[in-house]
Amino acid sequence: MFELSDVVAGPADDPILRDVTVSIPAEGITVLAGPSGSGKSTLLRLLNRLDDPVSGEISWKGRSLDAWPPTELRRQVAMIFQQPPLFAGTVHDNLRVALPDVSDDRALHVLDHVGLAPELLDRDALLLSGGEAQRMCVARAMLTEPHVILADEPTAALDTAARHMVEHLARKLADSGVAIVWVTHDTDQLRRLADHVATVFDGRLAAFGHLDELSVSDDPMVRRLVGAAQ
Amino acid sequence: MMLAASSSDAAQIGVWGLAASGILIVVAVVVSLWRQLGLERSMLWSALRALVQLIIVGFALQLVIGDDDPLIWSFLWLFVMLCFASWTTAQRAKDVPRVFLLSFVAYLVAMAVTLGVLFGFDVYEFEGRTIVPLAGIAIGNSLTSNVLLSRQLIAAATKQRRVIEGRLALGLTARDAFQPYLGSSLRTALVPQIEATKAVGVVALPGTMTGLILAGVDPLDAVLVQISVMYLVLGSVATTATVMSLGISRELFTPAQQLRRLSHSPH
Repeated sequence: MFELSDVVAGPADDPILRDVTVSIPAEGITVLAGPSGSGKSTLLRLLNRLDDPVSGEISWKGRSLDAWPPTELRRQVAMIFQQPPLFAGTVHDNLRVALPDVSDDRALHVLDHVGLAPELLDRDALLLSGGEAQRMCVARAMLTEPHVILADEPTAALDTAARHMVEHLARKLADSGVAIVWVTHDTDQLRRLADHVATVFDGRLAAFGHLDELSVSDDPMVRRLVGAAQ
Repeated sequence: MMLAASSSDAAQIGVWGLAASGILIVVAVVVSLWRQLGLERSMLWSALRALVQLIIVGFALQLVIGDDDPLIWSFLWLFVMLCFASWTTAQRAKDVPRVFLLSFVAYLVAMAVTLGVLFGFDVYEFEGRTIVPLAGIAIGNSLTSNVLLSRQLIAAATKQRRVIEGRLALGLTARDAFQPYLGSSLRTALVPQIEATKAVGVVALPGTMTGLILAGVDPLDAVLVQISVMYLVLGSVATTATVMSLGISRELFTPAQQLRRLSHSPH
């Protein structure tokens, strides 16, 4: 699905990502792992085209990102953030931003899908708990019927219970055919979620593969990044 | 619009009249000295500066907007006003990309619309004596709201970046993603002028009308001029703000519907 070739991103004089070449599959959950500041989030923003690379090429479904109308690309490649961006108004109003003519039935269905109670539909979005807000953001993104969801450390600000609920939701979406690209520096979470892992270290792609493969990598840093026994 | 001047002498206060009115500055200075406010130098300097500036402007206007002077001088004056207003906006809202050009276009469009209506419908005669003062009062008032609007939009684009990008990430166009901030910033810029228009005459007699009455014009005629000036100002403020907000919105986003990173944070 996503093909990255020699991608350099960030300030031209001091790039955050350097020479990244990787194919991110169109299925399951791919976890981008690496320490804070290694360039994981930068990479994710490129895929949603919130930013453009300085050089290199990124394609989605065999077509360069430049060739996609940005609005169409972003509806197919949704993104959820570490801090849920809540819009003014109720949950229903938030859902309408993604799909202006969303019916009540559809809105309730999508809330149910992410495990939110129907009575939350008319709740002021700013009054939601952290976990509820994040799941509402997933519901909002689901209304565009995305093929992929890019998740930028979506549970970093959540408590354990809410974190597990969001992880469970991610697995459910992946099993229903929506590919997930999930950024985390939490190795426990990586091991719970990952079908594939891309490790990013100091702006470079250190390794890509199945979790099992990377767990026995020759590179001790890769083994450490995926939380394998040293 | 015909104005009936009941006395042509009323406006001529002369040098002695000016000197006598200067006593009021002395009063202000005495108050400052008495209450130890430390504002004497500032008061004297501002009074002197206003005197010199306005006398220069008066002489310049005499040269430019006399009955026999060609209109090109008035347009040149208008052009200088547009440049100065744009430069002032640029100084006060430095974070706006291409702020001078955007401001210039905004003021220019506002002038074309508002003066176009006033002269197009023969509200005023098309001559230097009307073009320059009307443009001046419209641009002067638009300047304040334009700076306010510009700062508001830049503040929104930086402080609300996360939410705006959240909207973009849902596939909204840049225009739709920024719309809530555009609307609220426009309201903030326009509301003071709307309130001022509402309160006029209740709180204080506005300047144009006061000046005309002092100059011997019939109060009702003065009121009509004042009202047209207030409508001019409101129209100009609204047009400037609308054009500026559209321009800034375009500058804030790339053609790929990405929110640009500004080099400076707002003041």
